[in-house]
Amino acid sequence: MSGAEKLEALREKLVADGLEANFAHGLLAVALPREDVLAIATRLKDEFGFDLFLDVTAVDWPERKPRFDVVYHFYSTRDHVRVRLKTTVSEEEPVVDSLVSLFGSAGFMERECHEMYGIKFHGNPDLRPILLYEGFEGHPLRKDYPKEREQPLVRYRT
Amino acid sequence: MSTHGLEPKVVAPDEALPSPVRPAFDSPSTEDGVIVSIGPSHPATHGTLQIIAELSGERLVRTDVHCGYLHRGFEKECEAHTWHTLIPYVDRLNYCSALINDFAYCDAVETLMGVEITPRTRYLRTLLSEYSRVVDHITCIAAAVMEMGAMTAFLYLMTIRDYMYEHLADLTGARVTHSYGRIGGLAHDLPAGWIERLEQILDEYEVYVGRVHGLLDRNRIFIDRSRDVGVLSTADAIHWGFTGPILRSTGVPRDLRKDTPYLAYAELDFEVPVGIKGDNYDRYYVRMREMDESVYMIRQLIELLPEGPINVDDRRCSFPEKPLVYSEIESLINHFKLVMDGPQVPPGEIYLAHEAANGELGFYLVSDGSGTPWKVHVRAPSFVHMGGLHRMLEGYQLADMVATFGTINMIGGECDR
Repeated sequence: MSGAEKLEALREKLVADGLEANFAHGLLAVALPREDVLAIATRLKDEFGFDLFLDVTAVDWPERKPRFDVVYHFYSTRDHVRVRLKTTVSEEEPVVDSLVSLFGSAGFMERECHEMYGIKFHGNPDLRPILLYEGFEGHPLRKDYPKEREQPLVRYRT
Repeated sequence: MSTHGLEPKVVAPDEALPSPVRPAFDSPSTEDGVIVSIGPSHPATHGTLQIIAELSGERLVRTDVHCGYLHRGFEKECEAHTWHTLIPYVDRLNYCSALINDFAYCDAVETLMGVEITPRTRYLRTLLSEYSRVVDHITCIAAAVMEMGAMTAFLYLMTIRDYMYEHLADLTGARVTHSYGRIGGLAHDLPAGWIERLEQILDEYEVYVGRVHGLLDRNRIFIDRSRDVGVLSTADAIHWGFTGPILRSTGVPRDLRKDTPYLAYAELDFEVPVGIKGDNYDRYYVRMREMDESVYMIRQLIELLPEGPINVDDRRCSFPEKPLVYSEIESLINHFKLVMDGPQVPPGEIYLAHEAANGELGFYLVSDGSGTPWKVHVRAPSFVHMGGLHRMLEGYQLADMVATFGTINMIGGECDR
């Protein structure tokens, strides 16, 4: 069975479970409620061989409710196919389950997403800033964070 | 400059500057443990990286890796540019192989727009990607072996790298940050005599890299320093998200150029070198062999390279010919709109990955249908590798940290963005 056929089989299984799954630019894009992220990611890893966690990030839509998309990408080193999981979280409760119990690589990427968008990953014990620094105020990749805002840690040369 | 009602915090002259990081541990876990902070500005960490380490004698017990010292808000800055004008920023991600970043980004935007590039551009991009991969691997190996004391090998490799940089400067006008990719094509065609010089450089490459093989491959000192140091198993590598030469050094031939061919890779004959056990020696050797494969591919591509146009004939992204801009109003407006508004990318999102020199370089783009991206996210291999770096450091000697860090080839530009 080729990679594309396996992806189609996966799509049929997920659609049978009541999820929305479509092909988009060569990968399978799945939309799901945030409560299901950990369960579906576990199934992807254990049943379907998506063993490489590629990426997690968020997208900010300030006008929309719920405000944030949280987007995950997975790769199967066996079948050479990709899956995207996409869920939505609200500004008031930006919480999703962490995937660190499944993938070690999720640790750093969730730290980055947390500091940049303020998404909290429930179950990740280490959400210290990674690209920013301790004490940084706000979440710079949110659309309402002004690009010009300065928060220096050192004295400016005058 | 407007501060949006928020004055920047000013650190008083007599106030001690605060530490930007909070260590994961501040007391030793062993009886004779000592906690030291290595970096971010340290000769052993080429690239600004800080490692807070617990040492027991010379052995690393625990490490806490901090990156971000080169963070410059790449993703935020991209949201204030058009799809075209952010290409110079993309260059500055992996500044050792800037062309691969260019082409991966352009490929992602083109796929989102439904633009198919011309055959000559497809082959040229493949050729230049492989050329950049050689430059990147040379940089990595040269720095890594120099840190183990192999100064002669460093100088041989830097000599050939400089030929390549000068040669790329002939093509693009810049030695390191080329900004040569364009959405729908390339900045311009090859200058006269470029291919001839390329063939000369590839011949010289073989001489110089042959000398490095002779100096290092069976060198007792080098093998003692690098064999069984920084060992990573395949399962661990995948768990921690390693891709590229590091994953291949553990023994799996996982390479996007073979697994999901893009550009012209499906038409090329090449092998995917793998290592035996994922230690520093394997990472050195996999990179050396990959360079040979890249050179083999470049030679095939020189033969395959077709004549023809560089840019697609698509007014959504390609600029009209200059004489037309000066002589007809439609082309003038077209030029103006492309400069002022940028290429109009249809609403949607895409994740597209190329096999960069360090691993899977993915671009996740979101468009709202305008000339400015709604979001540009980079899945940078170096950043993910830093998340698993502690697996390759803990349990080894402090001096091995320098060697291991060298063979990982962490690039601050893409790691910290």
